[in-house]
Amino acid sequence: MWEYTDKVKEHFTNPRNVGEVKGANGLGEVGSLACGDALKLSIKVDDNGIITDAQFKTFGCASAIASSSALTEMIKGMPLVEAEKITNEDIADFLGGLPKEKMHCSVMGREGLEAAIANYRGVILPMAEGEVVCECFGVTDLEIIRAIRESDLRSVEEITNFTKAGGGCGKCEDRLRDILQQTVEGLQVEPQKAQKEQRMTTLQKIKKIEEVMEREIKPTLKKDGGDIELIDVDGDFVTVSLRGACAGCQSSRTTLKVYVEKKLREQVSDSLIVEEDK
Amino acid sequence: MDCGSDKVIYMDNNATTRVAPEVVDAMMPFLTDCYGNPSSMHIFGGQVERAINEARESIAKLLGAEPDEIIFTSCGTESDSTAVLSGLQTSPEKRHVVTTRVEHPAIKSLCDNLDILTGHKHKITRLQVADDGTLDMDQYKESLTEDTAIVSVMWANNETGVIFPVEEMATIAREKGILFHTDAVQAVGKIPINLKENNIDFLSVSGHKLHAPKGVGVLYVRKGTPFIPFLNGGHQEHGRRGGTENVASIVGLGMACKLAAEKMEEENTRIRYLRDKLEAGLLERVPCSMLNGHKTDRLPNTSNISFEFVEGEAILLYMDRYKICASSGSACTSGSLEPSHVLRAMGVPFTAAHGSIRYSLSIYNTEEEIDLVLDKMPAIIATLREMSPFWNKEEN
Repeated sequence: MWEYTDKVKEHFTNPRNVGEVKGANGLGEVGSLACGDALKLSIKVDDNGIITDAQFKTFGCASAIASSSALTEMIKGMPLVEAEKITNEDIADFLGGLPKEKMHCSVMGREGLEAAIANYRGVILPMAEGEVVCECFGVTDLEIIRAIRESDLRSVEEITNFTKAGGGCGKCEDRLRDILQQTVEGLQVEPQKAQKEQRMTTLQKIKKIEEVMEREIKPTLKKDGGDIELIDVDGDFVTVSLRGACAGCQSSRTTLKVYVEKKLREQVSDSLIVEEDK
Repeated sequence: MDCGSDKVIYMDNNATTRVAPEVVDAMMPFLTDCYGNPSSMHIFGGQVERAINEARESIAKLLGAEPDEIIFTSCGTESDSTAVLSGLQTSPEKRHVVTTRVEHPAIKSLCDNLDILTGHKHKITRLQVADDGTLDMDQYKESLTEDTAIVSVMWANNETGVIFPVEEMATIAREKGILFHTDAVQAVGKIPINLKENNIDFLSVSGHKLHAPKGVGVLYVRKGTPFIPFLNGGHQEHGRRGGTENVASIVGLGMACKLAAEKMEEENTRIRYLRDKLEAGLLERVPCSMLNGHKTDRLPNTSNISFEFVEGEAILLYMDRYKICASSGSACTSGSLEPSHVLRAMGVPFTAAHGSIRYSLSIYNTEEEIDLVLDKMPAIIATLREMSPFWNKEEN
């Protein structure tokens, strides 16, 4: 038995806007009978670019019906330019959350909306042009990459919960793992590049260094029974102290230069030099 | 805690059953006053041992077995694992297992993981089923080889209720010197079983499917069949299953077996009538609905019906508003993303598999309940179909 919020139950038992909009000028159809859920969303957009009406027909479980109902409530009266910013997380939040195994229902709502908007504009969705990774549910790499980025996914299981990819025969699991790794690595590099170019005060620099150490460096060293502590930051010189197994380790200098310094240079500043406190 | 059982219409008896009031009464002394350990030397424990042996006799009687062929376990799953692993260990030179594509996860998962569990490579043959869920006996005969250690085929399927000819299959296996196990969890108590008249070596029972509590099961091991225990420990169950006995539940299971023997005729007349009435009524009142499974080779209490173009979880939650409890083979109810492996093996199309509902009755169901379900279901399906993009009223 799934734990649904009262709002999910309420939208499931009293769904809003069921049907097809008369004189609709945007139609989105996603999912299929074979997949176990499908959504047909019709919208009417006026001359000012406002969505004046939205209705749905959904085949699927309680959370698929509730997500569709919530979506139509959210977009009615909304300018198109605002509606296209809606993510699956927004739909789930509107419902007070969904069980994690059911997040793909909110993804279906968002995809239906995108398809309807693309149909209104007479363009083809870029997502559909990706390479199909999951044959069972017809999920493309572009859809998977976007879900990883937007919902901060960190495992193949999470990818399946959000996109259904890998939930059938499971043959694409290795490929999903590769996509996950590449996307996550890309994520760590991209945002920091922009920040690196800005000049930082020493205080900002210390904060950033601490963040990277907490988030990445410490957990990695701890796996080998070691630890690290930030002692001082003076200009570009970062002084650290190695603890635990790292303290007496022969390769501690290599760890410092090849791993710690590299990480900090990538994510904080190119010019940092890491030294050990003796 | 009050779960409101007096208000629900419970038609999910293949999932679990209500503990019979007579069973609760029989158990109570062993949860209160009679707390002795049956292994103890004092009379206080000895009388508990006597109660266990009485329960053993009741179960043996229901199965047409000898009391010393009955081993108490913790559940049907334990019985299944014990039987199959014992069969493989006692035939170490053989590495082939024959089973079906529609087994309960207790056997399906065990077979999937046999190589890891035993450290040996095994060949598994999973027999196909026809559209009506029945087995192809020719394929079965061809599948048996000199390398086959054990066959494990369920007596009746939990999702469709379809009954397999396990007695005939056991005889064929015996002629080739192959051990035969049957998961009879759904069959025991619902249809007559007489192990004296067949060649089945191992048979699994689960207490909570026949109005005993959860957490107790039985493995029948035919006298003379080589056996290696799964749980090693004390001398309980003559050294065939270590671990202090779940006394109260064992006593409860004994009582449940007595009741089942008394109610067997009702099960096959009144319950069958109610099931048939429900089934015929639904198929007649709801367009685009169909029966899954063979019409006659079936348990008297089970009906699995597909309602096309709607999804099972949504149906169940709408039924829940009227406190009608049943199950579905849809993907969303299983926690996986694909519909029931049983319905897929039967070739049930996706349009129907996602909208399958299993009604499973017990002696506690009444005709009024059947009438209420017949009254509510057509509107539930119609409401959901109104929402479905695949439903076209004019065409269907």
